[in-house]
Amino acid sequence: MENTILKVIDFDAYFGENYVVKKVNIEIPKNNVIAVMGPSGCGKTTFLRCINRMHELVEGASSSGKILLNKDDIYDIHPIYVRQKIGMVFQRPNPFPNLSIYDNVIAGYKLNGIKIVKHERDAIVEGSLQKAALWNEVKDSLHKKGTFLSGGQQQRLCIARAIAMEPEILLLDEPTSALDPISTSSIEELFQELKKNYTLILVTHNMHQAARVSDRTAFFYLGELIEFDDTKIMFTNPRDARTQNYITGRFS
Amino acid sequence: MTQFETEIAAIKNEVINMWRLVRSQLMKAYEALITNNKDLAHEVMAMEKRVNALELKIDRDCENIFALHCPVAIDLRFLLAVLKINNNLERIGDIADGIARYIADMPEEFNADTLKEIGLLKMYDEAISIFADSETAFEFENTLLARTIFSRDEEVLDRINRMAEGKITDYIRNHPEKIHEALYIFSIIHKLERVGDQCKNIAEEIIFYFEAKVLKHQ
Repeated sequence: MENTILKVIDFDAYFGENYVVKKVNIEIPKNNVIAVMGPSGCGKTTFLRCINRMHELVEGASSSGKILLNKDDIYDIHPIYVRQKIGMVFQRPNPFPNLSIYDNVIAGYKLNGIKIVKHERDAIVEGSLQKAALWNEVKDSLHKKGTFLSGGQQQRLCIARAIAMEPEILLLDEPTSALDPISTSSIEELFQELKKNYTLILVTHNMHQAARVSDRTAFFYLGELIEFDDTKIMFTNPRDARTQNYITGRFS
Repeated sequence: MTQFETEIAAIKNEVINMWRLVRSQLMKAYEALITNNKDLAHEVMAMEKRVNALELKIDRDCENIFALHCPVAIDLRFLLAVLKINNNLERIGDIADGIARYIADMPEEFNADTLKEIGLLKMYDEAISIFADSETAFEFENTLLARTIFSRDEEVLDRINRMAEGKITDYIRNHPEKIHEALYIFSIIHKLERVGDQCKNIAEEIIFYFEAKVLKHQ
């Protein structure tokens, strides 16, 4: 694939003896929204956490195989740098409770000891909040705590925090599962804007969300990548019977 | 069975009922034709309302499933196919109704030998047979049977339709007093040719539903 940003080769992941991601091979194209779906326990979140080397933070966790970010193996790069280039947004909005909106956005720089002058910080905060479609709602209250925001706004703040580090890829682990339909809709709209600058990999249990927002969809089952294809094909004529059974709710 | 599967199965049953109703219309119109039974022709015309009502119900049930269950993959193809098949069946019902109207309006009686000689009876038999096979193909998910419809439409219905003009012209030349009958027969032949076309459309939808292959315009 010409515009591949991430290439996963024969990748396995374990928790102790438990083999949770099995020989996954996948090429993720740049500036796409990729949905990752599958039943609970199929390894999709573990796979996502391997992509920015968070899996290895769990005791007893191990992995093998290659994950190439622009042809560089992420396991040959410092994990902090990997996590700058591959940001992550979690299921529940998790702004730092004691920090202001402004400081939440810039937190990645502070935590990594990256020093930047004030006008640069201001530009990063405004630019990130703009990209996260939150600027207009918070520009007059940047120094209030992020936890005063609504759930949907908090999640967009977390997205702003992730993109402040200028990543290439954003990993989103069920980012709207704790949000109401209106907030979900605004986050889904945001994905379409974000994909102009970033590649989004979205784990979701909501199949209709996968169908609505993604360009390509991956289906995992029992740790294996069963099928990865254009989302339109996956939801109209999937090749594998297991994918069809899953998306039509006939999984047993 | 989940609620969704139950609703899909219910729609399939409704479509099969629609098929049977329209087949009954076609067969009764056939019987009315060969027996010159105008009462039976009126009965066929009266059935049209039931066909229309069933068409609307199937459409409405499909809409509900789209709205409430957001179907995907084979379920989505099934419902898309059903919407089109439903429309095709209603049109075949219209055709049966049209044939019945000719029988009811015909000032004289149809001559059985003429119907046979011009090929109308053979064409009608084949149209009913193709129509019945399309129902079997849908009910028992038999795309091989659905595929036979294309060639049978071409080899029998279209061929008789093509030859009909010459035969009718000869018949009128030899029996100028039978011009009314000849024109009615010609019109019925055209209608049966449309039954074949609708059955072909249905066969395409059955193949789309089961195999996800689009044969339209190929």
